[in-house]
Formats: sequence, C-alpha cells, structure tokens
Amino acid sequence: MRRLPGMTATATSARSDLSELGRSETALRTFLHGLPGVDQVGAEQRAAQLGTRSIKTTAKAQAIDLAIRMVDLTTLEGADTPGKVRALAAKALRPDPADPSCPHVGAVCVYPAMVPHVAEVLRGSGVHLASVATAFPSGQAPLEVKLADTRAAVEAGADEIDMVINRGAFLAGRYKEVYDEIVATKEACGDAHLKVILETGELATYDNVRRASWLAMLAGGDFIKTSTGKVPVAATPPVTLVMLEAVRDFRAATGRQVGVKPAGGIRTTKDAIKYLVMVNETVGPDWLDPDWFRFGASSLLNDLLMQRTKLTTGVYAGPDYFTLD
Amino acid sequence: MFEYAPAPESRSVVDIKPSYGLFIDGKFVDPTDGGSFKSINPASEEVLAEVAEGGAGDVDRAVRAARAAYEKVWGPMPGRDRAKYLFRIARIIQERSRELAVLESLDNGKPIKESRDVDLPLVAAHFFYYAGWADKLEHAGFGPNPRPLGVAAQVIPWNFPLLMLAWKIAPALAAGNTVVLKPAETTPLTALLFAEICQQADLPAGVVNIVTGAGETGRALVEHPGVDKVAFTGSTEVGRAIARAVAGTRKKLTLELGGKAANIVFDDAPIDQAVEGIVNGIFFNQGHVCCAGSRLLIQESVADRVLESLKRRMAQLRVGDPLDKNTDIGAINSAAQLARIRELSEAGSAEGAERWSPPCELPERGFWFAPTIFTGVTQAHRIAREEIFGPVLSVLTFRTPAEAVEKANNTPYGLSAGIWTDKGSRILWMADRLRAGVVWANTFNKFDPTSPFGGYKESGYGREGGRHGLEGYLNV
Repeated sequence: MRRLPGMTATATSARSDLSELGRSETALRTFLHGLPGVDQVGAEQRAAQLGTRSIKTTAKAQAIDLAIRMVDLTTLEGADTPGKVRALAAKALRPDPADPSCPHVGAVCVYPAMVPHVAEVLRGSGVHLASVATAFPSGQAPLEVKLADTRAAVEAGADEIDMVINRGAFLAGRYKEVYDEIVATKEACGDAHLKVILETGELATYDNVRRASWLAMLAGGDFIKTSTGKVPVAATPPVTLVMLEAVRDFRAATGRQVGVKPAGGIRTTKDAIKYLVMVNETVGPDWLDPDWFRFGASSLLNDLLMQRTKLTTGVYAGPDYFTLD
Repeated sequence: MFEYAPAPESRSVVDIKPSYGLFIDGKFVDPTDGGSFKSINPASEEVLAEVAEGGAGDVDRAVRAARAAYEKVWGPMPGRDRAKYLFRIARIIQERSRELAVLESLDNGKPIKESRDVDLPLVAAHFFYYAGWADKLEHAGFGPNPRPLGVAAQVIPWNFPLLMLAWKIAPALAAGNTVVLKPAETTPLTALLFAEICQQADLPAGVVNIVTGAGETGRALVEHPGVDKVAFTGSTEVGRAIARAVAGTRKKLTLELGGKAANIVFDDAPIDQAVEGIVNGIFFNQGHVCCAGSRLLIQESVADRVLESLKRRMAQLRVGDPLDKNTDIGAINSAAQLARIRELSEAGSAEGAERWSPPCELPERGFWFAPTIFTGVTQAHRIAREEIFGPVLSVLTFRTPAEAVEKANNTPYGLSAGIWTDKGSRILWMADRLRAGVVWANTFNKFDPTSPFGGYKESGYGREGGRHGLEGYLNV
C-alpha cells in the first residue's frame, strides 16, 4: 500500500484581523451570513464516506490509545454525589487497573458543585478538570448568574469550563448578545480553557452550525463543542465535520487554532475511530492531540478498554473485567 | 501522525479459472475459429486468466442461439415470468457481490471501495428495477402492447465492466429481447462470472450469450445480419464506425460515447461540498468515466480559494493497491490508456498550462498516474477539448453565468454537466441552457436506475436507465 504523507492544513492566505467584528450587530451578521453555505446532502455524504475507512491492527491500537487520552469522562446527573465523582476521577487516572501501560483520559467533566471533590483526586495528575457552567444545559438564566456559576467552578479548581451558548438569542438572530456572553464568560474563566457548547441539535441546520462555530471562535472560545448530551440529537459525524472545517478555516484566516469536542452519543470504539479519521483527513495531524480534540463521553471509555484488551491479548474479556464507575 | 495500516480485501473469495471459453447457448464452449488472449491485473501486470477470442463463426453461433431463444422461449414468455428470472439474477448478484467486487477490482484496477459501494449496488439495483418493468410494459408510455426487437448486440467498455453489462442486459431482457454481449478485452472476467450466474439462475439457454474478444469480434457482432438492435458504450471514434456499419440496415442503434463535462462552481457555492464534488467528478474510477467532470469552470472571484481547498483535499487521496479498503485511486486500466493520459498531459504542459499533483508515491509495477490538475487552461488547449479519460482535471475560469454556459457548451460533447451554487433559480436557469444529457446540481456522478442517462451531440444518442431506457429495446 502506497500512501501520501499527511498534510497539515497550513494557512496560505493572508491573515485577517477579525477582532473588530464583535463590535456591531450588523458587522457580525454580515460576516456570519457571508460564510459559504453547507450543502446538507454533500456534507452527510462526505461524513459517511470517511466512516468507511478501515482501521486495523497497528493503526487501530494507535487510535484506541489516542481516543482514551481524548476522553472527557463525564457525569452530569442530578444524582451525582461526592462518592460517585471521586470514583469516576479515580477511573480517569487509571482507566485499566490491570494494565499500567493504558494512558489516562483527557479530563473529568462534572457539575460545579462536584468540582472540589474531583479536584482532590486529580491534583497533579495531568488529567484536566472540566466543569459545565453558565446554567448548563439550557443556559436560560440571567448573565450574572451564569458568570457567577463560571467563577465558582474555576475557584473550586476547574481548569476547563464548558459553557452553553444562548440558543434563544442565536435563533432570534441576536448574534451580538451571544458573542458578548461568550466574551464575558471567557473573561470570567481567567486562565481556564473555555469550551463553547453550540448545542447543535437545537441549531438544526448545518449553516447555523457553521455560523455558531465562527461566532464562538471570534468571541475567544478555546474549543467548540457540539452538545450538552441533554437534548435528543447530540454529536453526529456531519455536524462534527462542519465544525472541523470551521476551525480549519478559522486558523487559516487568523492563525489561531481552536479545538473541537463532539459530545453525546459516542459509545463505541468504532464510532470514536471514525471521528479520528475525520480529524485526520479534514484538519490533519495538528488536531490529533488531546489538547485539540476531545470526546465528551462516559460509556465510550469501557468500550475502548475492551477493544484495547482484545488487541493485546487476542480475546474479548467480559464486561465484568472493566470497572463501572 | 495517524498512519492507516494496510487493510486488504481478501482475494480468496473469488475463484478465477485459468481459462475461460465463450458463453453460448447456456454453455461455456471453445471458440471454433478464434484464438485466445490474456486478461491481466493492471495493478500488478500479473496474468489473471486466459480468455477465448471469438471469431466471426463464434459470433454467428451466438446470434443463432439468441435468435432461437428469442423465438422459442424468451419472446413468447409472459412478462411476469421474465421478471422472475431477472429478480433471481438480481438476488444472486447481491448474494455474490463481494466475489464480484473483488473480481472487478482485480481485472479493472478500480478501488475495492468503489466496486463494493458503487458498482455492485448499482448493478443489482438495475436488475431489480428492470425486473419490475417486465410485466408492466404496456404502462411504460409506448403504446398498449409494445413488442421487443429480437436479438440485441451489445458492446461495452472497460471502465465499469459489470455495471455497463447491467445497463445493457437488464432492460433488453425485461423488454423481451435476447442478447449477445461483448465485454471489453481488458476486462472480460466479471461478464464471464455473470454468465455463471445466469446458469445458477436457470435462465433459459441462449437468452444471454457472452462472446469475448477485441475490436474484430465486436465488429463481427455489430455487422451480423441476424442482429435487430445494436447498443454500444465506448469511444466516439468507434461509435462513428458502428453508426456507419449500421446505417441503411433495419438495426436500431443506441450509442453512449465520450464526454468532456463542465463542472461549474459559482462564487456562492458551498465550497467544501463543491470541492468534494470536483474530486468525485474527476478522480472517481481514476477518471475513467465518460461523464467525468473533466473541465472545472470556477467563477474567477473564488478561483484561488477553491483551488487552495482542492489541492489540500487532493493531498489526502490515497493512491495504490485497488484491493486495499482505504485506497481512493486505483490503477489505470491498461498500458495503452496510460500512454494516452501521459501524451495528453504532456501536451497540456507543452501548450503552457500549469501542472500540479500532490506528493504521491506510485507503485513500481502496474499502470499508475497521480491525480493531476492543470490550471491556466484555455478553451484552445487540447486538454480542454479532448477526452483524457484519466485522473486529470483542466481548470478554467469564468466571470458571469452567461460565460459559464458558453464555455460549458463549447465542446463537441454533451454528456453531463455540474452546477454548484446556493441559488436555486440559477440552477434552473443554467440547466435550461446547458446542452448535456445529465445536469447535476450540487452533486456529481450520481447514478440511479430510475434516471435516464445519455448524451447530446458527439456523446451519442438514446437513453439508458429509467422508463426511457426501455425505448431502445422496444419496437416503438
């Protein structure tokens, strides 16, 4: 098999200064509506095509370890307790207690109230601590409340904040309001990384996904994330493809690299590998790193571990051989 | 870096015999007056099998067998019974699709992902579709009781060997004709496996006859006086010769010939999807596609941006082993075709167009050509006028919709065209003015058995597919 060397999506066009756009509603609207449209059929076809790549043997092993390192191990339940999240954090540090060569996950993602309990476990480990904030998942709260939520999570030890955009304002066409909220949240984050959840299932069209992606990046988001996991339609391959194209084009235009996080509904190794193929062939190896691509997931991790064990030992171990936390 | 490990499809699923005879009157027979030739794997130049070359006497035997089957069995048979056989063939094709796909990739050089995901599903779909028509011909719009023509002589090309067979055989049989089919000399193997499928389906002897051979065999078939219908897909040059040979006879003729399609990208196009469409338009099946979008017309205001995206996308194309499931571009079908692609590409450079290919390591054995684009091409260049039939794209620019139409139509061909724009009204305006048999909007190379396909001008006449595809096989 001959193949081509992977190609980095380097920017060849001149860098543009887009920082002024957020100053006026008109400028923002003109810019966002001037982005090239997305053809739904074409985008879905391309995503499906990328899903037919056959990743086997060494490539599969490499992909599984990378996917484990990219997992944001998540629990966002009303029933979360300190005991539950501590156990989850322990799992994040050593996903496979039977195999010390298994890497740790990218981050643990919890509600702000649970952050202190997780912080104790993760301190000094290299596993990031993400917290949803800004009145997750609906975002339907006064801005002051959302910012206080953010600050509380950061003060308690979160170094990544997953905020939700104001979909009501976005769908009503009040882009500047959405923009200003992201800017304010970014400021409230301080040094913490800001992931901006677009809740693509509520945006409905790929054109909206592309516009919301650019809006979030223009406002300073470090990551764009598909979903809260709390509405029926979560991450899908075509939505993620459109977002990857957006971060690629944004870097080409501004020089700043932004990460992508599909979240919700990714449960199997097979699915995770399809996403990695999509990253590889859409934005290139620069994004194949937990700093630039994450999976928001909970049950995915055990499937990755099962497949990993299968590759190393040649046999499938039953679910009882993997921890449930 | 994320390197994809080799993921080869197993070739052991298909059993290739060392030699094949001609399929006449339901049996494999040795040629009486012909010789034999070898079919090779274009990706390795390895000999796959020795295949009989049918002579004039063999063609005569086949036509007589087809005539007898037409008069005694297939012609009188009620449509619902013909349908039963066609449905059975369609199901066997689906059941044996993996085998057929592997054989198609071995003999033709096309990537397994295309033979598996495009060719074979379409082949089965064509048989299913026309099976449905067999007992409904009186409702096809050709009068209350349309009659078949008799014996159809069918000559098909090497670019989609089994799919072109399906396009020819399925409507012919549904309408009540019997056939003698000559596959291309570089890709006869899937047609011979199809002959085995006809046996497996208990298709009455003589309804389908497969006579392998090269140009002379095809000529003998087309010129045979016992033939009522000639259907040909291939080059315009051979199409002209066939039209001359058939002129003045009672034979009904349909021709599906070359193309030099324009793929037109407007400044409001969905760029990422347009780039996918451009890639699919010219690099699908190594560009061995008569309706390939081989002339890219980009509105000048977005030309740089589209080309930058296109080059980035082309660098992701994986060229190599056709049986690897991750291969995007396989082998060129033959040494002769490779020589033609090289000759025209060299003419492109010599005439002043700028040539670009992504960094691309090609295998040493076999016939290979890197995906290539030429920019700065004008209408006067040979690469903008002649059909290259390879992975070579000529890029031109335009300023206004009217200029796009003018340039798109400025070719002796008229098989297909593509339009990329977000504006629905412009799609309709353009489609009205483009002289091409198929106009794709915001997509390219989309095929479906229900949709008629065929050309304007030197791209041929007659339609295949859909209700329209029945007309060429009915006495109307």
